Order: sequence, then C-alpha cells, then structure tokens
Amino acid sequence: MNNQVFVRMEDICKTFGTVKANDHINFEVNKGEIHALLGENGAGKSTLMNMLSGIYKPDSGSIYIHNQETKIGSPKESIEKGIGMIHQHYKLVEVQTAKDNVILGQTGSIFLRPKKLSEKLTKIVAQFGLSVEPDKKIYDMSIGEKQSVEILKVLYRGADILIMDEPTAVLTPQETKKLFKIMRNMASEGCAIIIITHKLHEVMEISDRVTVLHKGATVGTLSTKDTSPRELTDLMVGKSVNLSINRPEVERGEVLLSLHHLNAIDNNNVKVLKDMSFKLYKGEILGVAGVAGSGQKELCETIAGLYPVTSGDIIYSGENIVGKSPREIIKKGIAMSFVPEDRLGMGLVASMDMIDNYLLKEHHNQKGFMIKRGPIEKVCERMVEQLEIKTPSVHHPVKQLSGGNIQKVLIGREIDSNPQVLVTAYVVRGLDIGASHTIYDLLNEEKKKGVGILFIGEDLDVLLELCDRIVVLCQGEITGVVRAKDTTKEEVGYMMAGERIEGQVVAL
Amino acid sequence: MRMIKRTDMTKRKAIKIRTVAIIAAILVTSVFIGSIGHNPFKVYISMIEGAFGSGYRIRDTLTITIPLIVTSIGIMIAFKMKFWNIGAEGQIIVGALFASYFALNFSYLPKVVLLPLMFIAGFIGGGLWALIPTFFKVQFGTNETIFTLMMNYVALKWVTYLQYGPWKDPASMGFPKIANFEDSALLPKLFGIHIGWVIAVILIIIITFMMNKTKQGYEISVVGESVDTANYAGMNVKKIILSALFVSGGIAGLVGMMQVSGVNQTLTTQVAAGYGYIAIITAWLSGLKPAIILPVSLLFAVMIKGGSFIETAYQIPQAASDILQSVILFFVIGSEFFIQYKLIMNKRSKKEVA
Repeated sequence: MNNQVFVRMEDICKTFGTVKANDHINFEVNKGEIHALLGENGAGKSTLMNMLSGIYKPDSGSIYIHNQETKIGSPKESIEKGIGMIHQHYKLVEVQTAKDNVILGQTGSIFLRPKKLSEKLTKIVAQFGLSVEPDKKIYDMSIGEKQSVEILKVLYRGADILIMDEPTAVLTPQETKKLFKIMRNMASEGCAIIIITHKLHEVMEISDRVTVLHKGATVGTLSTKDTSPRELTDLMVGKSVNLSINRPEVERGEVLLSLHHLNAIDNNNVKVLKDMSFKLYKGEILGVAGVAGSGQKELCETIAGLYPVTSGDIIYSGENIVGKSPREIIKKGIAMSFVPEDRLGMGLVASMDMIDNYLLKEHHNQKGFMIKRGPIEKVCERMVEQLEIKTPSVHHPVKQLSGGNIQKVLIGREIDSNPQVLVTAYVVRGLDIGASHTIYDLLNEEKKKGVGILFIGEDLDVLLELCDRIVVLCQGEITGVVRAKDTTKEEVGYMMAGERIEGQVVAL
Repeated sequence: MRMIKRTDMTKRKAIKIRTVAIIAAILVTSVFIGSIGHNPFKVYISMIEGAFGSGYRIRDTLTITIPLIVTSIGIMIAFKMKFWNIGAEGQIIVGALFASYFALNFSYLPKVVLLPLMFIAGFIGGGLWALIPTFFKVQFGTNETIFTLMMNYVALKWVTYLQYGPWKDPASMGFPKIANFEDSALLPKLFGIHIGWVIAVILIIIITFMMNKTKQGYEISVVGESVDTANYAGMNVKKIILSALFVSGGIAGLVGMMQVSGVNQTLTTQVAAGYGYIAIITAWLSGLKPAIILPVSLLFAVMIKGGSFIETAYQIPQAASDILQSVILFFVIGSEFFIQYKLIMNKRSKKEVA
C-alpha cells in the first residue's frame, strides 16, 4: 500500500438520534496534498472531522493514520497521532504571548527551556513562512495573526495532518491570500491538509483534490483541476441549480431611516459602534459587509431598541427612536422589523409552535386580558401556503423544522407585519443554496414593494450581487459606502481591513 | 455503551417507563423492608390502610394534600420562568404571619369579613416575601436559589421572635405560644375537611386558564423559554418576572393562611411543616402542569400519612419510611433520564488486517 496516504477513513457511519450524520463515508488524504471537504451545512463535514480529532467516535468503520488502523479515543490521542485541528473559534489565552500559548498544555519535561523553545519556534516560523512574533501578546494581534498562532501551535506539537475548519470565515480577502500561501508552504513541507469549507472559489483556488459530501454520504472525490464550480455545486446540492442572484431595478425613494453619529460601547467599555452615520432609502437593499464581530450585531440591535447607545440619533419618519423601548418601536405602526442572527434564541421561541411564535409581537395589539389564537392560526396557515413552509402543522414546535423552514417562519412573520424597514442579520446562514435563493427572492419582493432593507451579510459574492449599496464596517467604524455595481470584491476587502478608499466614502 | 437523545418518545411510552420505575422502586423497598424483618406486602397494605383505612384517616390524608397542591401551583409559576424559587417555605410562613395578625387583632369582626381579610393578607404577605429576592434578581442579577432559601430561615425566626415576644399569649402562664384563634378566624368545613380543598380546586382551574389563555400566562412562558426573545418581542421582562413571582409567593402565602386558620388554629413555627420543600418535588414531577399536580400531591400525601402510620403500627423507625419515599423518588426522577435518552451498546467494528 502507498506510504503517502496519511489519512484513510473507510465506511464511516455515525448516527445522532435518528439522523444519519455520516453514512458509509470514505475519505483519503495524501502527503503534501491540500484536500477540500465540501458540503452544505449539515452534510456531515464537521462530524467526520471531529472523529479524526477524537471528539466523536464512529459507530462503525475504520480509520487509518499513516497506514495504521487507529482508534482515536480522545483529542489527546488525536494530537499524539499527529493530527492538529484549527477550529473556527480560536482557543488562545488573550493575555499571554504567542510563545506562552504554544507551550500551554504541553507535558514532557518539568522545566521549560526557553532558549531551546525559542529556537524551535523560530525554525518552524521560518520553515512555513508564518508571520508570528513569539513575544507579542495575543490581544495585540489581528485575527490573521491569531490564526497563525493556532497553526504554529499544532505544528509545534508535531502535527503533520492539519484540519482547518472554515479558516477563512473571519478573514478579509487579503488575509485569506496570506493564509493560502502558508497552506501551500505546509503542503510542500510534507503535511497533509484538510480544509472544511462551503465556499466554492476557495476550493478551486487552493485545493488539489476535493471530496463532496451530501446529506451524510460521499458524492465523490474529484481532482480540482478537472472540475468546475458548476459541477461542484450540483454535486453539493444534489440537483442542478441556478447560481445567479437577481437584483431588480427599483427606483430609490425617500429616506426611511437615518443614523447620525451613532456611538455605543459594550460591557467592557470597548467602543463597538464608532460615529456611525448612513441613510436607508425606500426600495433599496443596503448591504453591510465586515468580518465577523465588526459591530453588525450591535448595529441591528441598536436600531431595534435592544442595545443602548451612548450618543447619536436614529431618525425614523422624523422622530428620534434612540432611547425608545423595543415595544415602542414595534408599536410605531409595526413599521420596523428585525430578523435577528440568533433565530431560535432571539427571533423565535424554539419549543413553541408557529401560532405562539406569531403572537410574540402581535399579542401587544390584542385588546383585553385574553390571548386570541384563532385569527393568528389563519395567518399561519396562509404563510405556510404562501412561503411553502414544510411543517406537519402550525401546531408543531418550530425547533423541529429544518433550518430553512425555521427561517421562513421568522421572515414570514416579519414580512406579514408590513414593515417599512426590514433589518436582517445573516438571513441565509446555515441554509442550503436552494433555501437561500428563496430568501433572496422574498427580500427582493419586499424591495419592490418599497421596503428599505438592511442586509447584514457575510458572503461578499452575495452582497455584491444582491445589494444596491454596501456599507463596509471595520471594528465598529464605517470605512466605506459603495455602490455594489461599481465596486469589486478586492475593494470591499480592503475596506473590511480598515483601509479607506478615496472617493468611495462619499457615495451616500 | 453510549447514550442517545430520544426523538421518538410518545406519551404512552413515557407512562410505561414511569410505571416500570415505580414498580422497581417498590421491589427495591421490599428488599429493604424484608431485611429489617417485616413482610413487605403487609407493610404496603398497611400503608394504604393508614392513608385511607377510615373516614378520619382519609380526612387526614386530604388535609396534607391541600397545602401540597396549592404550594406546588405557586412554585410552578416561578419554575415556568426558570426562576428557581425554593423559598415557598418562607412564603408560607409569612403568609401565615400576615393572616394571623388579622386573626389575633380583629377577631371581633364577623367571619364573612375576617376570613377574606386574612385571605388577602396571606396572599400579600407571601407575595411580598417572594418579591424581595426577585427584586434583587432582576435589578442586580443575584442568585435566586440561595436568596429564596435564606429567606426561609429569616421568616422562621420572625415567627419565633413573635412567639417569645410581642405575640406571646398572656393566658399561657409564661409558656411561649401564640394564642389560639377565635372561632371567627377559623375556616369552615365542608364534608369534614376545611374548605381549603375547594380553594385548591378553584386555583387549579384558574391557573390552568391563566397559563394557557391569557397574555400574562403567554408572556411567562416566553420569558421562561428565552429572555432574549421576550426583549426582542418588546415585553417588559422585569415587570413580568416581578408580577409572576408576586403571584407565585402569594399562592404560597395562601397556604400559610389556610394552615393557621384551617388546621393549626394558631401560628406556630411548625406552620409550613416542610410543605414548601416537598412541593418543589411535586411541582417538578408534575411536569409543571397544574392538572397533574393534583394526583402527584395526593400520592405524596399518601406516602407521608401511610409512612407515619406504619411507623407506629410496625415500630419501624421514622427514618425507614423516609427511605421508602426517597427510593420511590430516586426511581421516578431517574426514569426521566430514560425518557430523554436511550442507551445502546456500541457495535464492535470488525477487525481487519490493513
């Protein structure tokens, strides 16, 4: 057998309850290869990788590491076998230096030998082209640098099989380029690299081979140079889909919502919104771009009255709504709707049925002491039909529906209140391509009706195709407002990293 | 071996698992009773006899059932919001204390005036006692479990103080006791049991209605599921928690009123008699459903009454009947695990030679 095969997983099965997360999956990675693991949310990518990193154990099937059949019982055993996982959320001690973080949790000798350690680190850094300063504190680092420390950590532990779970989700396009370079270095130094992703262009750019999963089963392993994004999408979704997003031309109307010099701080007195000003017009979709945690959540919640503002105004139909309670804002003729990021934790009550969820805001408008479910039941039934929500009945707990249907329930409720302003945060997160397009169509319908939509997004391709204008955020600050038609991904990327581009900021 | 969350649990299956749990508990207890030299079968029969064997015993059992039901209902409202009110004991005591104030000082009033007055006083007393920890919880985020628990001891000490001090009965010849209530302050009887049982039944109906059909009930459920969602939906979460806890404590306070007026006929430190703690278990075992609280409370009353009967009938120490109760509890609560999860043996993957 080939000595170059670093990882081989055969007939892996894993069931959670009644859900088959992995159904006879076969997967193989060679030395010096960058292998992409592609699939929609819920296709079983993370489950499969968690079995390599010792978090789950397979129900059946075998794992071979360096051609040895292996049982990986715990994350510790996984590390000993030379497997290193770089998680989406970094696990670093903020107040320590890069070096401290690397040696953290290492056993071996009682004494640390700082000099030897530094030598080893410098060697790894040079070997793989990482940009890490060993004595820099983590809290002083950018997201990209933190990621490098994570990589350094697993390399220092001697890993030659690296699993990267959606490593680019929090990076700007420029940081992504750097990361890809490091990955190529690692591959040429003889590591096997697995990258979990659902972004097609990244697969095309970085990987040598790609394995596509669909609903827990392997669809196939292809050589990247012999395939196309088109083919990969079809495999990933299981059917042929149209990838382009519509952007209907609607004449932009009057100003609906305008933000003036909005400032807000979080619990630690860190500024999360800095002097933020922009306007939202009738009949437009205004996108908000930025790496995760750039103030998007706070921006949405401020508009909905859920987050306190330190200074600044939000003017809605001639009135300042800063300082008003969510109830007062909802009561403004129910003209403002907010589809929050955390659907089941904020937008909906998971264990309740559709009717009770549609009552959340509506019950304030009912007269008297009693709650009336009858009229709402009709609304729900109409929604199920109109939006093609797949549910056994309107009396079914919403948490038992699929992600796409949960989102339809939530958006349906907000749209049904005939809002003038619709604030949506990460509406398509976790949805498959088909469901995402249904949601885009719904938003476009609202836009045609003259609704002003604030669309917080994370996929730049979607933002550029769907939105009319894009506000770019970096660390709570607006670094640019651009017309989606006249800009490029690179330009938005630079602004996400904090660079202001002359002439673009004025496109209000 | 590993555990898997069940998704296919039907009502019938759940009932089956619970029944098996109770049978298993009875079997285990039988071994225990046998080991201390008694015939378990006989002991069980006597327990039932002890609880239902005569009109007097039945009345006694039901007199225990009433405070359990009402306290459980009060606790249920708080638990629905995931507010862990374990201060029902103290709320009962303060309710009793407030009611006793009127019973002792306004005994000249006619029954039809005095009893409603005591009733309202009991409710307000229990409600206020619950409001104190609730206020600190919503305003400063204090831990309600510890706070409500400590309030129980404070309440108890107040009664002790009054009993030894200002409220000591001058006619008791120096014995520290509070005077017995006049007839005008005593709850009337219906079918031989104080009319607290009517109140309990009415409360079950009212609270079921409130939780399912009113805005308040709906808002309580939403707050219990997710405070973020409640805020998002524009609910005034603090107000909802405060008002619900006032009702929760108030209902416990009613128990205090009924105990002093219907059972003890005076205020003693024994007024709550541990009902505030037992009701936590009954409320939880009822799945926080008012209608189920009734049979569960009855079951516990039978265990308490039957337990104390076999104590005297068989000279079994009191601890033994406590063991019986705890074993049943252990199995019933333990069975909840099997309703949520199932265990499967791991299939061994076949050995292959690579």
